[in-house]
Amino acid sequence: MTRTLWDSSVGKKTIMAVSGLIMLLYLVVHMVGNLKIFFGSDEFNGYAHWLRVMGEPFLHHEWALWIVRVVLVAAVVLHAVSAYQLSRRDLRARPSKYVHKKPRASYATNTMRYGGIIMALFIVWHILDLTTGTVHSGGFQSGHPYQNVIDTFSTWYGNVIYIVAMLAMGLHVQHGFWSAAQTLGAGRATRDRALKTLANVLALVLTVGFVSVPVAVMTGVVS
Amino acid sequence: MKLTLRVWRQKNAGAPGAMSTYEVDGISQDMSFLEMLDTLNEELILEGDDPVAFDHDCREGICGACSLVINGDAHGPERTTTCQLHMRSFEDGDTIDIEPWRASAFPVVKDLVVDRSAFDRIIQAGGYISAPTGTAPDAHATPVPKPDADFAFEHAECIGCGACVAACPNGSAMLFTSAKVNHLNVLPQGAPERETRVLDMVGQMDSEGFGGCTLTGECATACPKGIPLPSISAMNKEWLRATRKVHR
Repeated sequence: MTRTLWDSSVGKKTIMAVSGLIMLLYLVVHMVGNLKIFFGSDEFNGYAHWLRVMGEPFLHHEWALWIVRVVLVAAVVLHAVSAYQLSRRDLRARPSKYVHKKPRASYATNTMRYGGIIMALFIVWHILDLTTGTVHSGGFQSGHPYQNVIDTFSTWYGNVIYIVAMLAMGLHVQHGFWSAAQTLGAGRATRDRALKTLANVLALVLTVGFVSVPVAVMTGVVS
Repeated sequence: MKLTLRVWRQKNAGAPGAMSTYEVDGISQDMSFLEMLDTLNEELILEGDDPVAFDHDCREGICGACSLVINGDAHGPERTTTCQLHMRSFEDGDTIDIEPWRASAFPVVKDLVVDRSAFDRIIQAGGYISAPTGTAPDAHATPVPKPDADFAFEHAECIGCGACVAACPNGSAMLFTSAKVNHLNVLPQGAPERETRVLDMVGQMDSEGFGGCTLTGECATACPKGIPLPSISAMNKEWLRATRKVHR
């Protein structure tokens, strides 16, 4: 069955849909957690600390966090490898273009591949910036995420990178969520409008939620 | 009407092709698009040139032979087959671009004619039912619920023209394959091969070199028979069900 999934274009799309939905679920949780920054440094830092002790004493220190990380890395790798292989197939299937070109599909649909690449590069920068602190501007303090977030969004490039990536994420989610529903067989003519609305709402809420943090730092609401 | 046509000319599968420009005059707006091309070909033959090769058969919109991309749209600006497109959809003095279906699974044979036998092989892989031969059974011998009958009819409308593949930016045959799979899988007559049909037809579709589906929706917009986009989702559901049930 695993072989059938991986070898078929429909199966590979299923893998993309499932891994995409796992990442989408994570994004929702991550965004809600980020919004704690509006309640002050104690609550935000306390939440960040809880992420490390989550599941104790049943789980060892940081195990829950590492389980989430492993699942996410697996999802990213499966999603990216499937996307690469399917894109290769798609480009081979249509080698010559029409002479008479027409604008096709929506902006979100046309930017899925670029959006994915932008987000992959963003994740690398994001982890080096706020998890390991390798490329962090100013002194990175482990255990003080509130101050680290303010440092990052006090630089112009920190804001630009973050906001561009979040806009790409919003567009990706808008087409991706609806697309995943179709791939998993949930598409019906009667359900189409509801699924599209849900995709739009998810994309909008995630984008606004994530972008509100750098905007709040820039405007001095969070300092 | 006086028109300027830019037509894809290609001597054979191996030769390189290019757009050639032709002027046609005296076109009535009551002519079908194919009759307009017939007029062009009569002139080309009289001048001793090679007529433009294009596929056509019934000219009633039911056989699925005609296959032209007109101004970038499969079957042109109206939602119908090329043979049912009339010149009243164009203005006097228009320049019209005419190209063949573009997909690596549909190689160009000559000019505007492409080889669509990949579709035949997808049908051979599972687009049939095992029915006992003999006298026709009574019409009410196998009851079919009305919603299922409607669903089957909606998908049975597919004429296999390939406009979905031509319109798809990935050259994907998902809409065609889903129409054929859904048509038979929902009916009791198609039940014995329900799982193998979808697995084999999707497998054949992949091995013919069609692209995958990215849900752009271009196929359903171009389909002259109105096969809806959710058909693809219905087939995906059948495929996932079959993958769980059949172990290969």
